[in-house]
Amino acid sequence: MAQAELSTAPAPDIGLPETTPWWKYFTFSTDHKVIGIQYLVTSFIFYMIGGALATAVRLELATPEVDFVSRELYNQLFTIHATIMIFLWIVPAGTGALGNYLIPLLIGAQDMAFPKLNALAFWMIPPGGLLLIMSFFTGTGAAASGWTSYPPLSLVNGKAGEFIWILSVLILGTSSILGAVNFFTTILKMRAPSIKINTMPLFCWAMLAASILILLSTPVLAGALILLSFDLMAGTNFFNPAGGGDPVVYQHMFWFYSHPAVYIMILPVFGTISEILPVHARKPIFGYKAIAYSSMAISFLGLIVWAHHMFTSGTPAWLRMFFMVATMVIAVPTGIKIFGWLATVWGGKIRLNSPMLFALGFISMFVVGGLSGVMVASVPFDIHVHDTYFIVAHLHYVLFGGSVFGLYASIYHWFPKMTGRMLNETWGKIHFVLTFVGFNLCFLPMHYLGLMGMPRRVAEYDPQFATINAICSIGSYILAVSTIPFLVNAIYSWRSGPIAGPNPWNALTLEWTVASPPPEHNFDGVPVPKTGPYDYGFVKQGDRRRKISDLKASDILGGA
Amino acid sequence: MKIPNTILAMLGGIGLTLFSLWFGQHNHLLPVPATADAALVDGLFNTMLTVSVGLFLLVQGLLIYAVIVFRQRPGDETDGPPIRGNIPLEVLWTSIPAAIVLAISIYSYEVYNAMGGLDPMAAGGTAIAHHHHHGGAAIAAPLDGMAPDMGNGRQVAYGVGADPDSMGKGPDVTIDVTGLQYAWLFNYANDGIMSGDLHVPVDQDVQLNIVAQDVLHAFWIPQFRLKQDAIPGQMTQLRFKPTVTGHYPIVCAELCGSYHGAMRAEVVVDSPEDYAAWKTSMVAAAGLDQSAIAAAIPTKQLSDADYLAPYGAELGIDPGAIAQLQP
Repeated sequence: MAQAELSTAPAPDIGLPETTPWWKYFTFSTDHKVIGIQYLVTSFIFYMIGGALATAVRLELATPEVDFVSRELYNQLFTIHATIMIFLWIVPAGTGALGNYLIPLLIGAQDMAFPKLNALAFWMIPPGGLLLIMSFFTGTGAAASGWTSYPPLSLVNGKAGEFIWILSVLILGTSSILGAVNFFTTILKMRAPSIKINTMPLFCWAMLAASILILLSTPVLAGALILLSFDLMAGTNFFNPAGGGDPVVYQHMFWFYSHPAVYIMILPVFGTISEILPVHARKPIFGYKAIAYSSMAISFLGLIVWAHHMFTSGTPAWLRMFFMVATMVIAVPTGIKIFGWLATVWGGKIRLNSPMLFALGFISMFVVGGLSGVMVASVPFDIHVHDTYFIVAHLHYVLFGGSVFGLYASIYHWFPKMTGRMLNETWGKIHFVLTFVGFNLCFLPMHYLGLMGMPRRVAEYDPQFATINAICSIGSYILAVSTIPFLVNAIYSWRSGPIAGPNPWNALTLEWTVASPPPEHNFDGVPVPKTGPYDYGFVKQGDRRRKISDLKASDILGGA
Repeated sequence: MKIPNTILAMLGGIGLTLFSLWFGQHNHLLPVPATADAALVDGLFNTMLTVSVGLFLLVQGLLIYAVIVFRQRPGDETDGPPIRGNIPLEVLWTSIPAAIVLAISIYSYEVYNAMGGLDPMAAGGTAIAHHHHHGGAAIAAPLDGMAPDMGNGRQVAYGVGADPDSMGKGPDVTIDVTGLQYAWLFNYANDGIMSGDLHVPVDQDVQLNIVAQDVLHAFWIPQFRLKQDAIPGQMTQLRFKPTVTGHYPIVCAELCGSYHGAMRAEVVVDSPEDYAAWKTSMVAAAGLDQSAIAAAIPTKQLSDADYLAPYGAELGIDPGAIAQLQP
């Protein structure tokens, strides 16, 4: 079929344009690109620490007995693992790193709306994270009551670790709010005049939806944690039943943030997947408006489903039914995205490179988490599997199979833009295969463990589950090892990978119209895009538009 | 002659549907169902699994097919067709998932109702107040200050109540359950029995009134598909009719401290004869040691720790755990 052709000539090796000196990354820089990379590298370091904690958890669970660490330390390990992965890896990497780096470039702006606030938001991350890790070295160790930190348990474990945990999450939550103020304002107010809200790249829609969630829900978490800290340190009884408090109220406040947090972690990745698929499938995104508005629908619905985490708690029957139905409804906008992505790659010219492999892996794994998500929304079934390994499996399919696969896809896709150099494809594919195999080996069998009767957050378990747990542990070791090829590839390529040139993927969004890495002020003047962000098949290199209108559906469905 | 793609796609769809139906019914992913309600939950799970497996295979099949058939051929640097959307198709894949989740919601609602989840008695009733004034007081006494209205019949309890058939009728057996770090205590108030394992008679309507002594716990019997948090100062309940005799684990499913994983007990579903024999043996055993004396004293006059101490050794409960009960 007739196609618009894009130049494929390799970029001449003329060295990199002027790059940011390394020491700039250790300063209070207000350049959104520096801040984006600061977020990305910092959160990746925390990801490795959180991964090491997870590996320790799986080492303990490799056998039914308590043999690798003490029971007390075990509870600290999974508590801090989850806290790091959520507050120091996925949230700052998805919103902070990708949002900061990409939004101004995608909308033709020179920087974020509030650059100093932006730098401040980033510089709250390292102290928040260091505090959390240092809490292992207090006399009573780190927080050990799960990342949910439910009272009364969180009030009777080691006070120092728990207080530091609260402080750390408050700092990280504040950072997240400051970031969201910036994204929200920038997307609405800083777009180049020719980029309308209904033509802006879908990542911006996703970040708009995520920012709204952060702004509406994070303050409620802060409120809950401040009250919890009063109970902990000042002896008040907001949540402490020993003094007439109600621990269930804490659960409502906690999940009012922490369920939307799931969407805060997945929406930015939904956004990048919508950017990556059209580029590497060489087709326009399928159903722009449906995908854009479904982000907003997810954002709204995400605010009214929190008590599905509390179906076995002090939740009356009518509330259980309401939250069941509301949760089920989220499957609809999520399905719209999944099918839209499938239709995007259908009939395209799929380049099976590392970003695309991770993006397709994301769809494939996220679907599993979405389907088990509908299952656990069902109250009678959730009563059986709540707080079991079925939930552990479900949440990792959403947050690892979803968010982390999406983050890797994004890193592979925008690494050439960020560094000006290409990553090695072979090592990228090795990384993908190891991650995919390790991930499924680790988490797929966990569904079965939970269904059969293994609760979560236990250091010891019924010996009947020994074999399957051993398999999960082997999967987790493969997953840990899979990070090595990525790290080596990223570090080596950053220093001496092939020069990428401005647009190695022949992509149409604005960030690819400037040098790699982009100059400090991004654009000379106000950019006027010559094409829409997803006009694949419509355009020829240069600015001539050519519409191909004689295609029939049968041409596509026939697979030719 | 080439077989038309539509025929192939249809055959694929039929095969996928048949496999999903077969897998949904033969998954062996759940332990043996030991109550009438458990079978209902399993039916719901099998249905959701069937739908999920079907959708999973559909999405994976489309992805793998696309990756193979629509892969970029070497040297082909052209774009795919410029298709921006297809409204009827989008309406279709919006409405089908909507219909599926609506159906699953209705089915879940029906199952939940049949289990007794919507029993109004579960949301506060005289049964709870009544038992509070009996032996349950020994455990619940320290909680009185936290829930002052517990005894007046308006206390809201959460959990799964009577199924629609037995709604309004009292249960055959009522047992007060207390979760504490790190054990379950079962108090048969009417029989003066305190046990570390739960014995219930088969085919009888059993109600558990659940509280926690210290932190949150969750009472879970996987074979019953029932779970309910035990909350300090807030009574919750589970009501069920065991149908298969046997020994099943009771698992604490809410993180409750370092020995959370070790907080396990056993439920024994007895035949009526075995149940009677067990009760007799428990009463006789209690008569032989000091706990009979303790039990004879009105429980309000003893602290919990004093009350429980004699039982502690018998049940193998760490004295430290009981000492924590000191007000």
